[in-house]
Amino acid sequence: MKLNESQMDVLKEIGNIGAGNAATSLSNMLSKRIEMNVPEVSLLDYNDIIDSIGGAESIVVGVLIGFEGDIDGVILFLLKKEFVHLILNSLIGTELKNFEEVSEIEMSALSEISNIMVSSYVNSISSLTNMNINVTVPSLNIDMSGALLDSVTAEFSEIADKAVFIKEKYYCMNETVYSYMLLLPSMPSLKILLNKFGIYT
Amino acid sequence: MRTIVTVGISDMKIVKEHEILISYALGSCVGICIIDCVAQIAGMAHIMLSYNKNGDKKEIFKYADTGITEMVRQMEKLGGIKSRMTAKIAGGAKMFDIKGSSTIGSIGEKNIAAVKDTLQKLRIRLIAEDVGQNYGRTIMFDSTNGNLTIKSFGKEEKVI
Repeated sequence: MKLNESQMDVLKEIGNIGAGNAATSLSNMLSKRIEMNVPEVSLLDYNDIIDSIGGAESIVVGVLIGFEGDIDGVILFLLKKEFVHLILNSLIGTELKNFEEVSEIEMSALSEISNIMVSSYVNSISSLTNMNINVTVPSLNIDMSGALLDSVTAEFSEIADKAVFIKEKYYCMNETVYSYMLLLPSMPSLKILLNKFGIYT
Repeated sequence: MRTIVTVGISDMKIVKEHEILISYALGSCVGICIIDCVAQIAGMAHIMLSYNKNGDKKEIFKYADTGITEMVRQMEKLGGIKSRMTAKIAGGAKMFDIKGSSTIGSIGEKNIAAVKDTLQKLRIRLIAEDVGQNYGRTIMFDSTNGNLTIKSFGKEEKVI
């Protein structure tokens, strides 16, 4: 099964639904005033995603979270240095100099923040579609963005050569930071999800 | 000046002596480097998945089986001889450890197995490998001497 254009559009719309919620929960957690734009949701292939993040060799934090229940799949959260610094500085007051020096405590703080953002994202999809969806324990790795991405897109590439890519822009204390999220449902789940939105395959 | 040739994802390139093949940020993907030192030709393929089960003709280099087979065929066309060819491979990492329904965790492992299986079927000797673990690799293959240099985040560069 390869997705056609109208199915892609629905997927894009689903990507849009949860993004606002995720940003609100971030703002609450950091107890900082965070302003955000309307998220940019697009369907991109591997190379476009890499370009958008800053090249295959740019070092980022990747958090992979699975979801299961009525539908299953994964969400990959990619965080660049500026965003990671904002989170760590607000939560535990540390200064992030470089990715080589991220401590265990900082890693778990990042896992937790990602978990809460992804959960609120999934929750909004869940309540809108009236489905039961739970998220799994997050897995975190710091590495080249290309390497973090290929394992995740490889599986999905059997379904579509593009993935739902959600880029959010936040303003906080005169700084602009971005978060990047990829939504990748499994093949059977994709059908269920599309059906819920009135698209039958 | 030595020419550097970039091999993208699901891609393959063949070069002559003095040129360098490079592939960036392999995660669960595997880079397969084959050289015939006598004919002075070297090839690199960057595969993403193990077997081309559906017979995809558009993206043969996305898969280990069809990708390696086609690379070797093209190298032979350029004067390479299979019995002289040697291979080095890198990649196939498990970038995320996730429990549950996802099969993402095992893609790297499956890729490595398929690469080795295909090389064996083609009777091409695998002389060095740097595979598995949980980190990404940028690989550079020197067509002059067959050295494969591996760069990873937060690790010493190594040559196999």
